[in-house]
Amino acid sequence: MTSVGIALLIVLGLVVVVLLWVVGVYNGLVRLRNQVKNAWAQIDVQLKRRHDLIPNLVETVKGYVGHERGTLEAVVAARTRAVSAQGLEQQVKAEGELSQALGRLLMLVESYPDLKANQNFLALQEELSSTENRIGFARQHYNDSVMTYNTRIQTFPPNVIAGMFGFHELPFFEVDSAAERQAPQVKF
Amino acid sequence: MWEAIESNRRRSRVLIVLMGVILVTLGALIGATIGAAAGTATPEYEYTYSPRHAPVPRGVSPPQQGVFATLAADPGARVGAGWGALAAGAVWLLLWGLAVGRGESVLLSAANARRIEKADAPQLWNVVEEMTIAAGLPRMPAVYIIDDAALNAFAVGYRPERAAVAVTSGLLKRLDRDELQGVIAHEIGHIRNADARFMTLAAVMVGAIVLLAEVFLRGLRHVGRGRRSSSRGGGQAAAILLLITIVFAILAPLAAQLLYFSCSRRREYLADASAARFTRYPAALASALEKIERQAQPAEMYKALAPLLIVNPLDGGLTGLWSTHPPTRERIRILRSMGDAGFAAYEQAYRQTTGRRACVGARTLAAADAAPLREPPPPPAPAEAAQRARDVGALLDRVGNFVVIGCACGVRLKLPPGDAQTQVTCPRCGRTHAVPAAEALAVPAAALAARRKAPPPMRYRRRGGGWESFKCACGNPLQIGPAFSAPALRCAKCGGRIEVVPPGAA
Repeated sequence: MTSVGIALLIVLGLVVVVLLWVVGVYNGLVRLRNQVKNAWAQIDVQLKRRHDLIPNLVETVKGYVGHERGTLEAVVAARTRAVSAQGLEQQVKAEGELSQALGRLLMLVESYPDLKANQNFLALQEELSSTENRIGFARQHYNDSVMTYNTRIQTFPPNVIAGMFGFHELPFFEVDSAAERQAPQVKF
Repeated sequence: MWEAIESNRRRSRVLIVLMGVILVTLGALIGATIGAAAGTATPEYEYTYSPRHAPVPRGVSPPQQGVFATLAADPGARVGAGWGALAAGAVWLLLWGLAVGRGESVLLSAANARRIEKADAPQLWNVVEEMTIAAGLPRMPAVYIIDDAALNAFAVGYRPERAAVAVTSGLLKRLDRDELQGVIAHEIGHIRNADARFMTLAAVMVGAIVLLAEVFLRGLRHVGRGRRSSSRGGGQAAAILLLITIVFAILAPLAAQLLYFSCSRRREYLADASAARFTRYPAALASALEKIERQAQPAEMYKALAPLLIVNPLDGGLTGLWSTHPPTRERIRILRSMGDAGFAAYEQAYRQTTGRRACVGARTLAAADAAPLREPPPPPAPAEAAQRARDVGALLDRVGNFVVIGCACGVRLKLPPGDAQTQVTCPRCGRTHAVPAAEALAVPAAALAARRKAPPPMRYRRRGGGWESFKCACGNPLQIGPAFSAPALRCAKCGGRIEVVPPGAA
């Protein structure tokens, strides 16, 4: 075999290796991006769960806190707004308000020992605090996934491939109010 | 996170290959020894000598040839080595298949764990689900509970889809929600980092090596007693080979176990780091570990499970090369000194505490950033702990099918499943209570298991309209009278449903 042939073979081999590497990196990026999408969907699932819990909670609490209807109605109204919120910004705002309304309601519950002894309410309380945790953990997982993905597409050499195939940085989930930024923790 | 798994996988592959080399070498050596022994014992091998090799005169050791050359020339040894290696591989494949197919259920039933649903323990269930979300696992692991006062937990699962988390009732009683979350996060970390899979694989490898070595050494004792006279002079090389094999058979299991343990310890640290990251609250896990460390030493049943548990119950303070877990105090110190909840903080705390370096993979560190800690919750009310203990007691009663009777004097009488008495006397006030017929079905554990499997529906065709006796599929005799008109009945022993068909019906 001539030396030209050998050189050609080597070049061909190199091209194949580079191609395989590109495929590997591309697939890795797609996997990371899907993970981020998945994490985002999980937040929605948990928010929905919270919406579903609230009618139950209101029903249980109603009989006990009759003369402080305002707090209760605020929760119901906040839920309605959160369910019908359109667009990311509005949704984040509505969910934040719902969290605050819920917080006030649960603070109010402190002064009703009968309610705190109600089995149904205790079960709901665990569900609600778990839901708050889940929302927090889902956001946390989303942010972790976004960070992994962003770091990957910013570092060399994957950034070359990310640029070629249009992988863009994704935004973190930022929470506006200081109360919301704190760890998810509903204490009764 | 993915990088942590990747580097874990790489390391695991190296380890599995190393163990595989040990296993195959052991098999080959044992095979060669047996082959050589057979070769020197039966004269027909002289015909199969290859002409290229100088035939070794029987009864005289070859002075100019080395031991290994002689052995290489001995077809018995060569064929034996090949077969031995193959047999070792077969043993490994068999055990591996068992572990992959039924590993989880074997381990769980060995620990006497019972599967629970959400209604049984809502808080535990919620905590597992929360950590599943925090870890981004595709599916929530099954939840099991073990009736044991000791504080422990473990995770199993060759595949994440079949993963399960088990906790003892003692753990549920003694830990508050945050601590429980820390422990569950550690276990979910094991599942997420694919440790459960790796540990199963490695355990099987170690098992295969131990099994082979054990069979060989035992067989040797047996053979040595029976045919001492058959060793002839030509077997000098074989004798040396035998010696090497014996030494190897003694050392190989030890080496395999050491490899296994070192990997296991490393994974514990990584699971702790993962738990801190999932919960953003390493102090809770540290406090749970403190509680767990203070407990009394539990029973023997955990021996097989030791590497999987959150804290190894069998290490009596003695740690080092031979333990599956790093010292608990060290783990607590690391968790307590973390600046934030990220991997980088864990790595730094790890270095400061142990003086060693590199616990978390470099690529994971590069990708990780600071993760802020969570605020500590207010101290729980003292009543909470007592309530928790009662709840867990009630949970165990439900899961274990106990019959509970409340006496008028305030005592709760608990009858174990399978207790067939029809009435009980209250030990405090002396009142007698009838055991409710529906609950006193005398359900032995085997019948319970059979009920869960849902026996196939049975049919009984009535012969006429009078009294009739027949047997359920479980052997329990049943009788129905002329007044019986229901379409079906339930066997009181196995709980199976039996359809009763009137005589004329199709």
